[in-house]
Amino acid sequence: MTTTLTKSPVDTPPEPKKRGRGPKSARAGGHMHAGPVAYIILALFTIGSLFPLVWTAIAASRDNQRLAQNPPPFWFGSNLFNNLDLAWNDANLGEAFINTTFVAGVSAATIVFLSTIAGFAFAKLKFKGRGAAMLIVVGTMMVPPQLSVIPLYMMVAKLDWSDQLQAVILPSLVSAFGVFFMRQYLLQALPDEIIEAARMDGASSWRVVWHVVFPAARPAMAVLGMLMFVQTWNDFLWPFLVLTQHGSPTVQVAVAGLGRGYTPDQSLIMAGALLGTLPLLLVFAIFGKQIVGGIMQGAVKG
Amino acid sequence: MSTRHDTAAPPVKEGGAAPGRSPAGPVSAEAAKKRARLSRRWQRDIKWSPYAFISPFFLLFAAFGLFPLIYTAWASLHQVELTAPTDMNWVGLRNYTRIFDDEFFWNAAQNTLTIGILSTVPQLLMAMGLAHILNYKLRGSTFYRVIMLAPYATSIAAASLVFVLLFGRDYGMINWALGFVGIDNIDWQNDTWASQFAVSSIVIWRWTGYNALIYLAAMQAIPQDLYESAALDGANRWQQFLHVTLPSLRPTILFTVVVSTIGASQLFGEPLLFDANKGASGGSTHQFQTLGLYLYEQGWVNQHLGRASAIAWMMFLILIVIGIANSVISRRLRASS
Repeated sequence: MTTTLTKSPVDTPPEPKKRGRGPKSARAGGHMHAGPVAYIILALFTIGSLFPLVWTAIAASRDNQRLAQNPPPFWFGSNLFNNLDLAWNDANLGEAFINTTFVAGVSAATIVFLSTIAGFAFAKLKFKGRGAAMLIVVGTMMVPPQLSVIPLYMMVAKLDWSDQLQAVILPSLVSAFGVFFMRQYLLQALPDEIIEAARMDGASSWRVVWHVVFPAARPAMAVLGMLMFVQTWNDFLWPFLVLTQHGSPTVQVAVAGLGRGYTPDQSLIMAGALLGTLPLLLVFAIFGKQIVGGIMQGAVKG
Repeated sequence: MSTRHDTAAPPVKEGGAAPGRSPAGPVSAEAAKKRARLSRRWQRDIKWSPYAFISPFFLLFAAFGLFPLIYTAWASLHQVELTAPTDMNWVGLRNYTRIFDDEFFWNAAQNTLTIGILSTVPQLLMAMGLAHILNYKLRGSTFYRVIMLAPYATSIAAASLVFVLLFGRDYGMINWALGFVGIDNIDWQNDTWASQFAVSSIVIWRWTGYNALIYLAAMQAIPQDLYESAALDGANRWQQFLHVTLPSLRPTILFTVVVSTIGASQLFGEPLLFDANKGASGGSTHQFQTLGLYLYEQGWVNQHLGRASAIAWMMFLILIVIGIANSVISRRLRASS
């Protein structure tokens, strides 16, 4: 992979050059124009990224017989709305959409709120044990939540929460990533002087959060909210364990249930998969730029 | 916790009497007391509010992260049935000896490792290449970045279900395309290597673009003058990549390796939904059963939650080993540079 990339831009031979403008053409950084090879590779990646999604829609617009023929279909058939309708009803997707929107919305909003105040404390307030506490936060990012499912399942059984949405919401509120993300953002986005000025005016910590931190953090809060919404929307293992397909499923549980029925109609499954994915693709199409910016911002350590 | 409520807006509250206050007279004892009380409250606020701000995260983590993790160890020493998860019978280490004697545990461990390598290595290499390209001046660069994230927006369930069809043996798109280069239909379900490759490809598809963005962010943070001085020293493009880009990305690379490794060690949804037989065994001969799937099979299909806990705890130990290995490697790398 990487070897082809290096050929793509015009290779300048390391000739002795005038100091002024010479190095400009030899930079590998952000100011070089991409060559045709780069565009070809990008086009391939674009196709690779989109093809499974487009083909989901193509398969959803066909019927089961057509999907059991060679060659596979490359263009849309006429069965799309029929399948979408069937999948919607078979998988109980209407209720699943309401459930998932509720779960993802509550969870994202809570995470954003808690992460912002915690991130603010870590970024801008001085207190004893701050370093150690931050280390714990980073450490918890390394512990996958999947390992905790068994006791959580026992808790849910004990509380009789099976098939209830709080069983999915509460464990999803633990987001070390969110705390880390907001801390990184506030470190550079919130000047200490503003906080001090607010303090001079006699504002309590809580007022500072409300009137200074939240306004300053708004862009990052929006991005974190979207990321958390996507993550909770797509979460599979835990909802799959505590929510049954026939009780109050999330979209992912319902869609997976379509695939695990006894009479698998592939075009129907694809219709369900399409329905479960479209809302998020829509969000990405509208806010893609902000989400990309947010992910890249969260990636650079401060 | 209480501080943040009762200290809200002290000046507004106390200063309400401001207009009627005697202007220039000597400070009354009462006012001094008031000020002292205010400043005590102020001190308390400064001292305790940081803890109030971080405590919700830690409380939630304690309840839904730490406690379950520890309790898993406790449960792994008991016999617990799925049907009565609150009845626990002490069995000591028997759950562990049972899984160590189970060939499917070792099979799952090996599959997890293979699929982990098959998914992580190409994913990160491609992400690196992609980031390198995206770092050039491009027409429509935002467009490409958003497109690269489309798979990330797709759920595991949706992605796995469509890949099952694309990897179909008889009517799948991939076998159809391979037919043109003279490759006979590959049994992506039943062949061990082929099925593990297919499951890995779901992971690769979903995460390459995301990792590329992370590398890109790190690349953009590299100061330009490093490249300029390298160019002045006569380094060509490839040498610049090797000697400037890669070393600067080292922390980011380690970070993505750790995150991808953790993700790979937990794979569950992809192999579960890739199975055409709709079981939790990861194929008819367990050919692509991962540890995550094995845990689910033991706990929820065979209904042995105690044994599943033992598997979870083993997975945790594996993660700790990975973490230690990672810190040793990164320290070595730092020492060598």
